[in-house]
Amino acid sequence: MDALTRRKFLVASGMVGAGALAAGATAYTLADILDTAGDGDRPADAGTLVVVTLYGGNDGLNTVVPYADRSYQDARPDIAYDAGEVLRLDDSTGLNPALKGFQRLFTEGRLAVVRGVGYPKPDRSHFRSMDIWQTAEMRPGTTGWLGRWLDTAGGDPRLAVSFEPALPPLLAGATSAGAAVPTNARRGAKGVTGLGLPAAGEPALQARAARCFADLDSIDQMITEVRDAQPTDPDADEGDDPATGTGGRAELGAQLDLVAQCVEAGVATRAFSVSLGGFDTHADEKQLQEILLAQVDKAVTGFVERMAGRPVTVAVYSEFGRRVRANASDGTDHGTASNVFVLGSGVRGGLHGEQPSLTDLDDGDLKYTVDFRDVYAGLLADVLATDPERVLGGWTGKLSLTGS
Amino acid sequence: MPDRARIAHLLRRATFGPTAEEVDAAERAGYDATVRQLVQPAGADSGAPKPPVFAAVAELGKNASRADKQKANQQRRQQVTAIIDWWLDRMVAAEHQLTEKMVFFWHGHWATSAQKVKAAPLMLGQLQTFREHGRGDFAAFTTRMVHDPALVSWLDGQKNTAKAPNENLARELMELFTLGIGNYTEDDVKAGARALTGWTVDRRAGTVRFVARRHDQGAKTILGRTAAFDADQFAELVATEPAAAAFLAQRLWFRFASGEPIADDVRGRLVAAGRDVDGLLRALFTDAGFDGTRGQLVKQPVEWAVGAMRQLGIRPARLTDQQRKQLVSGLNGLDQVPLRPPSVGGWPAGAAWLTTSSLQARLRLAELLAGRAAQPVLDRLRAAPAAGRPDALARLLVVDGWTDRTRKVLADAAGKPERLLQLGLVSPEYTIH
Repeated sequence: MDALTRRKFLVASGMVGAGALAAGATAYTLADILDTAGDGDRPADAGTLVVVTLYGGNDGLNTVVPYADRSYQDARPDIAYDAGEVLRLDDSTGLNPALKGFQRLFTEGRLAVVRGVGYPKPDRSHFRSMDIWQTAEMRPGTTGWLGRWLDTAGGDPRLAVSFEPALPPLLAGATSAGAAVPTNARRGAKGVTGLGLPAAGEPALQARAARCFADLDSIDQMITEVRDAQPTDPDADEGDDPATGTGGRAELGAQLDLVAQCVEAGVATRAFSVSLGGFDTHADEKQLQEILLAQVDKAVTGFVERMAGRPVTVAVYSEFGRRVRANASDGTDHGTASNVFVLGSGVRGGLHGEQPSLTDLDDGDLKYTVDFRDVYAGLLADVLATDPERVLGGWTGKLSLTGS
Repeated sequence: MPDRARIAHLLRRATFGPTAEEVDAAERAGYDATVRQLVQPAGADSGAPKPPVFAAVAELGKNASRADKQKANQQRRQQVTAIIDWWLDRMVAAEHQLTEKMVFFWHGHWATSAQKVKAAPLMLGQLQTFREHGRGDFAAFTTRMVHDPALVSWLDGQKNTAKAPNENLARELMELFTLGIGNYTEDDVKAGARALTGWTVDRRAGTVRFVARRHDQGAKTILGRTAAFDADQFAELVATEPAAAAFLAQRLWFRFASGEPIADDVRGRLVAAGRDVDGLLRALFTDAGFDGTRGQLVKQPVEWAVGAMRQLGIRPARLTDQQRKQLVSGLNGLDQVPLRPPSVGGWPAGAAWLTTSSLQARLRLAELLAGRAAQPVLDRLRAAPAAGRPDALARLLVVDGWTDRTRKVLADAAGKPERLLQLGLVSPEYTIH
């Protein structure tokens, strides 16, 4: 599976809460979100969570590299990084050479690396494992963990925003859902708002199609307002986001730029979802993964720098890591436990969690040492000031990576 | 349900979008005869354009110059574009509409992308395999597919060897193509990968070749059965599992009938219809549960655009190069370009297509299409008195009827036929079916 994108997951799982969508919660949009700027509802010190999803299964062992472990080199001699290649974090652990910005943030105490994050009875299907991560449920239902947080936070969709073409399951709640807001440039569509009125007795999907019209005007307004709110920089690098010009999908950097603009404008949104795909490296992994990680490094490091001093926390995860042993194609097959990165000014930097053994394996794969729900619980409690048990179905574990 | 509404529903699902005249003719023929005609059309399809023929792209050695490599890559991209253009035109022009729609269905099922495969002849060959083998026994078809050069190349099958198996194809074969998640184990994936070892792709010839020394000849235990399975036997094994019959029924239901879960009794009847794909299609379209599925599917962007072109009298082949580019770019904005599925999981369905982002792209593409509508289509709209134009539009677009909301918007635009067409194409009533 090449070219894995965020879009596919919506599909395959078919799980974006039908209930939430039918409730019309996604009818809120960017204009509405900018309208929330400075409306006084939001405490000045309220935290913002930005979740970065890497679709496809990022190879954790070549991202946070146990370079000093013989068995690492032995298991994947052709794609392993040696001590001279990694960006060292300590005497046994180093970062992929593409993660230069991450190394600096680590040194400055702004990057927490959680190792060995996973869940019991790992599933090696992209779709199922991503469902598990996004729902935080071992038998995935139709609600995402941030969607359920949104339910408890009053259900205003403007609180949870995605700058992706479609709403990720992550943001679908039981009674509400976040807003999916496109980043591409567009021109207004006059005279069609009438198609957005509800009509009695129409099928649910037709009603949903109608609501898209109702959203359109407000989105238009919001994007304009966000962009206008930015001081014009004559030296700004317009070539940075080719997706805008070609009408293609917005890349990670463009998505995070919009998040930064929203945060700077002081919007009410507390949780953002952004993503990057393509990590399914079954073949010729090294070069491909470095290209992708370099994009992550540039986009996320730039964002963290720009947000310095603000209570903004970034969490980066993927649906699974990859097999310890390389396959014959200089790639790796689907695996299990991997790393989660947590970044930001208030983060307790450093290495967290125990590096799973490379020899005591579960059928060729790493045994997880940290349950992913512990990480979510910490983020919910410390960044979103919410009781994690309510959102995580009574889960009581917690790994605090931010705050005091 | 009145007969005409029932027949219109059938044609909206079993074709890329019927014209009013096609609904008229089907109404005269009757429902059952129409199903027969759709599933097994008589004679050759005289309307369908023939596939493009490609000059071979030079195979370059390792030491080829950068310029030569770029040239070869450009040639490959142009050939892929030529297939997309041809296929869109064929979807519009073909008289055997269900035949075309099934090729598109299988393309979404065995979702293979030219982005990785690159070689146009391989992609074209796969479409041909869908056409030739996708309508009979599913197990025989699956056996073909595990040797399909484009699929093998897409899922790294040529890198799968006895020495170091690559699990990509084995996993997706069971998870996405035949059984569905939960109907196999991780051990089955590993053993299945061993069964598939040994096949390599000759990209130049567009064929696969079996290299015995790369094949794992040992015994494998798959789905509880132990044997020295090879690729054919593995494919046969998974495709004849009871879970495969239920999975296939579910997939067809999901794309042709409803995004709602299939009812147990409907699934039971479809599974009982067997593994013959044509038999399954007949069973699905004549099932009592099918009538009640109106409004439960969102048109996929390709269905939406091709249907619109059929109804507006537009042939992609007769557009200018520039307009054809706009068409494909419009589909790209809607996130669905043939030969470029987003992943091996295929395209999304249902509410995932209904975002403000996709609505913007639909508005633009609808404007383009409305501006290219054939003169007789515009004349027919103009011939109706202004007050009757929304109804004339409903007939043209084979929409059962407008809500008051939409009717009001249409009535306001009744004086401008092109605008009326655009509004009809983006209306909530036309967006779903």
